[in-house]
Amino acid sequence: MKCSEFLTELTNYLDGVLDEPTKAELENHLSWCHNCYVVCDTTKKTIEIYRDSQLYELPDDLRTRLRAAIMAKCQQHKKRGPQSV
Amino acid sequence: MGAIQNKLEGPVTDELALVQAAKRGDDSAFEELVRRYDRNVFRIAQHITQNREDAEDVVQEAFLKAYGNLAKFQEQSKFYTWLVRIAVNEALMKLRRKKPERTVSLDEDIKTEDDSLPREIADWSPNPEQQYNQAELREILSKTIQGLPPGFRTVFVLRDVEGLSTEETAAALELSVPAVKSRLLRARLQLRERLGRFFQKRENGDNKRESGDGDR
Repeated sequence: MKCSEFLTELTNYLDGVLDEPTKAELENHLSWCHNCYVVCDTTKKTIEIYRDSQLYELPDDLRTRLRAAIMAKCQQHKKRGPQSV
Repeated sequence: MGAIQNKLEGPVTDELALVQAAKRGDDSAFEELVRRYDRNVFRIAQHITQNREDAEDVVQEAFLKAYGNLAKFQEQSKFYTWLVRIAVNEALMKLRRKKPERTVSLDEDIKTEDDSLPREIADWSPNPEQQYNQAELREILSKTIQGLPPGFRTVFVLRDVEGLSTEETAAALELSVPAVKSRLLRARLQLRERLGRFFQKRENGDNKRESGDGDR
């Protein structure tokens, strides 16, 4: 397996959707190709860091305010009828 | 090195019951759906618009549209996937209004075949996120994802932050599965490369980068 072929399969590998023979081939490539190992490892870390980052969490007070606004608008919509959205 | 684990989504078993009750006019059921998904919609909206006020608007508009069009929801897909589709469209519309000179679409991002091939191979420090405090880290992550084209960050946030499957992401964005996979790979690799500027192993006390010279 060449590095370019490894890259093509990287997303499938990280998502755990590769068939066993391809996965074995890819892991064999990783065992000797340091560059691809680093790319794979740091890509995985990238995903994990974003997933665990709590970036753009909705603060509780804003959440309450937004929900109240949404439900108030829904009520208005109900009164005005289905043409209003 | 194994596969990454997806964030578990909340229970969906009674989602259909809530949707059906909301369709019959039970607003408390709809409010429960808002409560269940408002955080997700906000996160997606802010990832796409990169603006807090716009994200707030998108949350309101998306839920209001969902409410107004509930009767048209066919129940063949998950309500959440349908809601995400509405929210993504609202968020992209916001971007288009702000950047009328640029076409903002999910298809604009195809450049060359190798536009995201890794150029920088240097390894990261073992726990890169611990080099920064939480506020600094969020700033880095926010700035980094802002640099991606909207179509890339949309796919990344749906798949990798929100944990939608490839098929759900494709359905929500009206893209093919191969198109989602291709954008996801590029988004992941571009983010990795950009984050590397902050997270690389420091040598001799500075941020000097190693050069990669693999057999690519």
